[in-house]
Amino acid sequence: MEKIVLPEIKDMHLIDVYLANGGYSSVKKAFNQTPDDIIDQVKKSGLRGRGGAAFSAGLKWSFMPKSTTKPKYLCVNGDESEPGSFKDRQILEHNPHQLIEGILITCYAIGAKIAYVYIRGEYHKFINFFSKALNDAYEHGFVGDAMREKFGTDFTCQIYIHKGAGAYICGEESSLMNSIEGKRAYPRVKPPFPAQYGLWGCPTTINNVETITNVPPIIANGWEWFAKIGEPKHPGTILFGVSGHVNKPGVYELPTGTLLTELIYNYAGGVPGNKKILCVIPGGSSMPPLRGDQLEEIKMDAESLKAAGSAIGTGGVMVMDEDTDLVKVLTRITKFYYHESCGQCTPCREGTGWMLKILNRILSGSGSSNDLDLLISVANNIEGNTVCALGDAAAWPVKYMIERFRDYFETRVNTVTKLPIANKVHSLRKSVIPL
Amino acid sequence: MEFKFTTESLEKINAVLNRYPTKQAALMPVLWIAQEQNGWISNEVMQETAKILEINPEEVLGVVTFYTMYFKKPMGKHHIQVCTNVSCMFRGAYEIYEGVKKKLGIDNMETTSDRKFSLEEVECMGACGNAPMIAINEEYFENISSEKVNKIIEDLEKSA
Repeated sequence: MEKIVLPEIKDMHLIDVYLANGGYSSVKKAFNQTPDDIIDQVKKSGLRGRGGAAFSAGLKWSFMPKSTTKPKYLCVNGDESEPGSFKDRQILEHNPHQLIEGILITCYAIGAKIAYVYIRGEYHKFINFFSKALNDAYEHGFVGDAMREKFGTDFTCQIYIHKGAGAYICGEESSLMNSIEGKRAYPRVKPPFPAQYGLWGCPTTINNVETITNVPPIIANGWEWFAKIGEPKHPGTILFGVSGHVNKPGVYELPTGTLLTELIYNYAGGVPGNKKILCVIPGGSSMPPLRGDQLEEIKMDAESLKAAGSAIGTGGVMVMDEDTDLVKVLTRITKFYYHESCGQCTPCREGTGWMLKILNRILSGSGSSNDLDLLISVANNIEGNTVCALGDAAAWPVKYMIERFRDYFETRVNTVTKLPIANKVHSLRKSVIPL
Repeated sequence: MEFKFTTESLEKINAVLNRYPTKQAALMPVLWIAQEQNGWISNEVMQETAKILEINPEEVLGVVTFYTMYFKKPMGKHHIQVCTNVSCMFRGAYEIYEGVKKKLGIDNMETTSDRKFSLEEVECMGACGNAPMIAINEEYFENISSEKVNKIIEDLEKSA
């Protein structure tokens, strides 16, 4: 099977090995074409963003204004903080030069002279790997002012690493920009979109590490080749990170449209002890969970998962076996979003805390079935009412897990309970539980 | 305690300043340099950083308190970070976390009296495929168990 992002070539992270395997030839090819041609090819290839929203990469690039006196920027998003997601680190470690080449082509296409690669602070090791590769690329003249001589073009590009410092929200594109600007990483209200008003008010494009790494092979082999891989509406391969209750957790690069069951049973080795699957989160912790008894025929691509009631997200598949305590899982997921909420929007700042309190109550055994409705009500009041998607990310697991596993959650709450005062107020309104 | 950047740190800062069109943008990298030198971000560090970058100290404070990896107080020589997020939780992260707490006799964000160890419960570190995991300072330890963690801590105790 074809590997586009993580080819099975030993020591691919070394520049000599990368060059011996045709490295940095796509960028030469790209420089002989116009930027518009490159954007057109990437658009036609159908490459969609790998960071969560699965937006067309070529289309995103085409939003960059052509005539502007302002400098343009590219941000490469390697913040990778979504629980269940651990794919970008593989690229930084095993195939950093393809990422660098992808950055050069992207910068050329959108007319950016500076690219910032934002990598989460916890990834010290992977930052070092990437930094080593970047230094080698500079020394060989592929990046920086030496490009003029190396490629015989007027176009030059600088690539800088920006190290994060532990904040999930920085993976959101507008907070990532605020973080680079040296501010608290609050998401910005959109519009204006980054292509109009990005870093320091200049046109900016933000792409995920994996998205950019897909670019050189598209230029080298042509968009027709890429468009034929996997599902036509979401072509290419995806780095699926499988974790949780599986025998062989890890990252698997597979074409889009691979069956979820095939991914879990054939690639990740199935569930330990041949237990049944209770629940699967298919795209990182913020995506709506799927019931274990409804996994047949679900394909792993943006459109199919949408039809199945979830989303591809970052491709982080979390598998839970039949003995998993879903209340505990949901409480832990909610604790994460409570911790990571930046505090800018009231519904998210307050709501995540309320949901955590209610879930803790259920976990301690003093929850009521009213609490389940209350949780859904709080989640609904967060969803869509915040500046960025973190609100939705916090609301979806709660809302969909309770809706889809209502039977399970009902067994964990008492119908008659001693309620704390706050809950009495709510039950008065609903007058379900006798006081 | 007074804080001044060393010549070495100042060289690093100058290199960083060249990467951005504004001085403020260098704030995060400069704070990393400061933390490397001082071990944590004290009020004096923030004052000095603000002076160098020509911004208000309040803006520095705002940024320092936003990000979890800038230490707001001195931490232990070996800062142990245990991930307890779902993928790690499935594979026994809480047992490991409780074990470390008991072994060192400290709670979340506390430091042992000899300043050797500190503990932090952290969110997903991106090692879900090799869960459970802990990190000590900058190093990841993946696919671990309570026994392995105990061994690592004991080795560190002996070494320094």
